[in-house]
Amino acid sequence: MTTPLDPIDRAIVVATQDGLPLVDKPYHEVARQVGTSAEDVMNRMERMLHEGVIRRIGVVPNHYALGYKFNGMTVWDVADQDIAEAGRRVGELEFVSHCYHRPRHLPDWPYSLFAMIHAKEKADADALVQRVADALGPLSRGHLVLFSSRILKKTGLRL
Amino acid sequence: MDHLDQRLLNEFQQDFPLESRPYAVLGERLGLDEDEVMDRLARLTRGGSVSRVGAVFRPHTVGGSTLAAMAVPDHRLEEVADLVNAFPEVNHNYQREHRLNLWFVVTAPSKARVAEVLAEISQSAGIEVLDLPLLEHFHIDLGFDLKWS
Repeated sequence: MTTPLDPIDRAIVVATQDGLPLVDKPYHEVARQVGTSAEDVMNRMERMLHEGVIRRIGVVPNHYALGYKFNGMTVWDVADQDIAEAGRRVGELEFVSHCYHRPRHLPDWPYSLFAMIHAKEKADADALVQRVADALGPLSRGHLVLFSSRILKKTGLRL
Repeated sequence: MDHLDQRLLNEFQQDFPLESRPYAVLGERLGLDEDEVMDRLARLTRGGSVSRVGAVFRPHTVGGSTLAAMAVPDHRLEEVADLVNAFPEVNHNYQREHRLNLWFVVTAPSKARVAEVLAEISQSAGIEVLDLPLLEHFHIDLGFDLKWS
């Protein structure tokens, strides 16, 4: 059960979405910005973590800068009645960083399951795509891999 | 990047301490003092290897967001990319190898504003915008095991 976010929770989300300050007492700094105590900030973040509003707290690496040049958005045409099972299978692959169900747009876009993969070499990327295909078996009626050829923007508003 | 940098990147993608002096706690694990941990993280962030140190929030925690795609003729790609990027609500925009070649994420304080941004982009560019909002996520994001060669 998720507790609805109150204005202080929301202020913490907004204050920390670009990262915690690199100072010796970062939660104290966030607390000053949102107008509460450091203890309250830590308790609220603990609660949001426990309830899944925060997925994790930690160092967020930039895959691209670390040499993972092949960032493939793999998209899969999965029948609506199979989507939960397909999502379960792909979601548990440790190399998949994100796995989402999104609406299809027929006739041009039949793909409903999205899974992101990251590799340093094209051959490694292809092998990962094959592992996703193997996991899905006949649940996949077709797929595509869309590699990013250029990052046009990676900043801006996050909420 | 030395071995300690690699450990900083790989071993602390989750369970970052919710304690008053978290960088000192990381330092204890790595045998570094607090200042050196902060200096290394600052350097890795400046150099681009680290996007940030902090919380990864579930999408739609506050406000709304969607993934959008457009099929842009090659000769208009720069122009349309600039038009899309001009919206502060657009926080990721990638060129991808497909007829649908422009893929971007729109995030706004409300779902209504997300819809408005898509409509404005579609109208300004004169190109249909596919709206692919997240319906369900299946992966428990525990970070990513970096393979050092």
